[in-house]
Amino acid sequence: MSSTDISMTRDVHHVHEEHDEHHHDQNFFEKYIFSLDHKVIAKQYLFMGIFWAFVGGFLSILFRLQLGWPEATFTFLEPILGGWIENGKLNPEFYLALVTMHGTIMVFFVLTAGLSGTFSNFLIPLQIGARDMASGFMNMLSFWVFFIASVIMFWSLFIETGPAAGGWTVYPPLSALPEAIQGSGDGMTMWLISMALFIVSQLLGGVNYITTVINLRTKGMSMTKIPLTIWAFLLTAVLGLLAFPVLLSAALLLIFDRSFGTSFFLSDIYIAGQALSNTGGSAILFQHLFWFLGHPEVYIVILPAMGLVSEVIATNARKPIFGYRAMIGSMVGIAVLSFVVWAHHMFVTGMNPFLGSVFMFLTLIIAVPSAVKVFNWIATIWRGNVRFTAAMLFAIGFVSLFISGGLTGIILGNSALDIQLHDTYFVVAHFHLVMGAAAFFGMFCGVYHWYPKMFGRMMDEKLGYIHFWLTFIAVYLVFMPMHYIGIAGFPRRYYNWTGFETFNIFTDLNTFISLAAIFGFVAQFIFLFNFVYSIFRGRRATENPWHSNTLEWTTPVLPGHGNWPGEIPAVYRWPYDYSKPGAAEDYIPQTVPFSQTQSSNLPNEKDFE
Amino acid sequence: MITIAIGLSIILLLVILYLLFRIGTLASIFRGSTERAAGTTKVSNRVNGMMLLLFLIVGGAAFAWSFVDAWDDMNLPLASLHGEWTDNLFWTTMIVIGIVFVITQILLFIYSYKYQHKDDKRAYYYPHNNKLEIVWTMIPAVVMALLVFGGWQTWTKITSAAPEDAVVVEIVGKQFNWMVRYPGPDGKLGVAKTSLIDATNELGVDFSDPNSHDDIINPLQIHVPKGKPVLLKIRSRDVIHSVFMPHFRLKMDAVPGMPTKFWFVPTKTTAEMATETGNPDFKYELACTEICGRGHFAMRYVIIVDEPEDYEAWLASQKPFVEQNPQVLAKFQQEPSAVLVADAE
Repeated sequence: MSSTDISMTRDVHHVHEEHDEHHHDQNFFEKYIFSLDHKVIAKQYLFMGIFWAFVGGFLSILFRLQLGWPEATFTFLEPILGGWIENGKLNPEFYLALVTMHGTIMVFFVLTAGLSGTFSNFLIPLQIGARDMASGFMNMLSFWVFFIASVIMFWSLFIETGPAAGGWTVYPPLSALPEAIQGSGDGMTMWLISMALFIVSQLLGGVNYITTVINLRTKGMSMTKIPLTIWAFLLTAVLGLLAFPVLLSAALLLIFDRSFGTSFFLSDIYIAGQALSNTGGSAILFQHLFWFLGHPEVYIVILPAMGLVSEVIATNARKPIFGYRAMIGSMVGIAVLSFVVWAHHMFVTGMNPFLGSVFMFLTLIIAVPSAVKVFNWIATIWRGNVRFTAAMLFAIGFVSLFISGGLTGIILGNSALDIQLHDTYFVVAHFHLVMGAAAFFGMFCGVYHWYPKMFGRMMDEKLGYIHFWLTFIAVYLVFMPMHYIGIAGFPRRYYNWTGFETFNIFTDLNTFISLAAIFGFVAQFIFLFNFVYSIFRGRRATENPWHSNTLEWTTPVLPGHGNWPGEIPAVYRWPYDYSKPGAAEDYIPQTVPFSQTQSSNLPNEKDFE
Repeated sequence: MITIAIGLSIILLLVILYLLFRIGTLASIFRGSTERAAGTTKVSNRVNGMMLLLFLIVGGAAFAWSFVDAWDDMNLPLASLHGEWTDNLFWTTMIVIGIVFVITQILLFIYSYKYQHKDDKRAYYYPHNNKLEIVWTMIPAVVMALLVFGGWQTWTKITSAAPEDAVVVEIVGKQFNWMVRYPGPDGKLGVAKTSLIDATNELGVDFSDPNSHDDIINPLQIHVPKGKPVLLKIRSRDVIHSVFMPHFRLKMDAVPGMPTKFWFVPTKTTAEMATETGNPDFKYELACTEICGRGHFAMRYVIIVDEPEDYEAWLASQKPFVEQNPQVLAKFQQEPSAVLVADAE
């Protein structure tokens, strides 16, 4: 593997030599650690993402044990959790820390950094025809800042007072006062520092993605010829760039309140036997700031998945994506609307009811472009010639989960219905399906599909199938029953429900959910094995194993630094000419000019011949 | 010893699985299926296609069965006027999204099954159809508009101002229990201040305010009359909590520094509910639904809905706080200056 790699690098050097003096053979650190190559950085993000996904998943198994068997003793967990197990019982504050860190890790470190960090980095230059990102250095900086953020967040899991425990939304005053909960001590400080760094990393990455897509497209690659993946990454980066600074401001104000005695979010508080002097702050202000990021954030998570899935469905259905322009339009619509729906997370905070009406209206509008996307995906599969690769199965799974989870959003976006359902398991079921599991499926779909271009080898398809089916079944078994519990009013973030007569039903169902969750988590080790094993011993890939049209498949099996050994290819057509009538093959890569495909050109394409 | 045995058997299992995987890989190379483009091998395609179909049928059936099976448990008995509106709206919306759910899932899985790869077939080149796009943009838009309208009407009614004659109950959250105060015969709650809170005066009521002298604080249960509007005045004294009374379909956050409110009309007494549910010990419960710390899961209070005359009798039997704790009132009368200082703060 490495030999091909080196020879590729040499080829690139050859091309560059005239105008680039300082090329030299890269040492190990330059090549694999502090690399400027977008492909290496993408892999770094991917490895980190997988690591974090297993950590986040493991935390969820720990709290599912507590929820599934509330009466059991967990002495067998003492070797891992130490003092957090008291007389065989999980410490209730540690339970809250577990749900908090599970949320933070999954939303930010896996589905934001791991997903768009990996695929924006990997695919943007390859699919638009660029040698690398606009600024390789900033790109590297983005990863290493993320790495430092990760180290701090990981470290916070092991400190004596435990990590942040006020929920992933870290609402003050709970998150501001160490007297209120242990986790709001050093754990929360580390959470804030880590998140501040994380935001810096996202901004460095985002600026780069946007600049690259706008400026570095190859000849002929107009905005209406770029694959939907790139549109998705572009819009995601724009969302991140506009939304993350607001979270940074919220985090900064919270740091001031915690450490410097300001009262941005604190007022009229009596805690631990004394009245605090803070006055005039608004706890609700933090929620507005948080959700101004928080809502676009769920689209930051789901848009890249949508992009990857669109590309994989078109390729494997051997059909053009149905309604390319409608797909772009709906993504733009979602991106714009995502900024004006944030307060639907706050219907019952005491916010003015008139605002509730406005946000209900805006929230339900966003269902329209989402529905259009689903219809377009289904229409793409219709009369296709579907190849069930592992990636395609995950793409189909994505659409199914997105429908199941998305539809309940119509209920939760309705302020009158949210009164009963807010902060119940109905919400948990909703967002885990629509942005948790669905985004994970998008990510798996991307990994299986672009693995050959990343590592030059194929992942084992059969293991992929097994992984898909076990995961798909487990996800539905875990989250469908949660709706029932939610309709019955079970509140979220409860250590147990046995103290309430209203909520002490459904014990069996909770045990069932926990079993399904463990089953689903174990199935992920099949993926891990497949992923690691195939890097070294997978079947060697060809240049274009999926018979796909996009530019990345015109690069060598293992593209070196610079991506194309010779000149960057020019682009003549859109990326979805699959199964065009009259063409010899059922795909025509973007690099094939119309002059070579006279038999298949449509009437309006004759002019380009 | 058992641990070692379990460990060994897991290792053995993994080794067997690995060998099976290797055999499978070698066999597929031998069969030559690796020569074909990925996703076009006959067996895999047929198996995955069948699985998708099976998933739709078996999964759909399992979902329908479990939904029916959980039906009685998930429908909490209902005991408020506005709860009827929201429950109706909820199930109407559920039917609408249920229809969309069934249609789209069926199409997705059936199409995937039906149009699976065949060597001699070619996909239908069909890049777009603007008429279709407009149709399936307009239909959801109209449906959404109707749902928004229904939701908006209900929401406006629920959040409208409480009637003048509503029974007032103050509920204050703290780590980790609820505190309750009734205004007493004068119908007015005395002023409360954070700076006046101490171990006895948990709510920080300013007892130099004459309105506070008949306030009833922390009765054993919250009593409310059936059929009369009840206005909850909600506060918190430390972190955010949330008042949740599931049977009344009622939820409102308790925010430090920002009083909130919610009014409702209970429609069934506790006794009536006990008959309806067949549970003689039935109790309406109040729970916290905003993460508030270690004891978040244990913030319980019992609500009793009485016939109006029983409620009046109960209210008359309650002693005001100052009668139970005359020393607190005495303190306020002795040290007016201290209270003034606290006022100034």
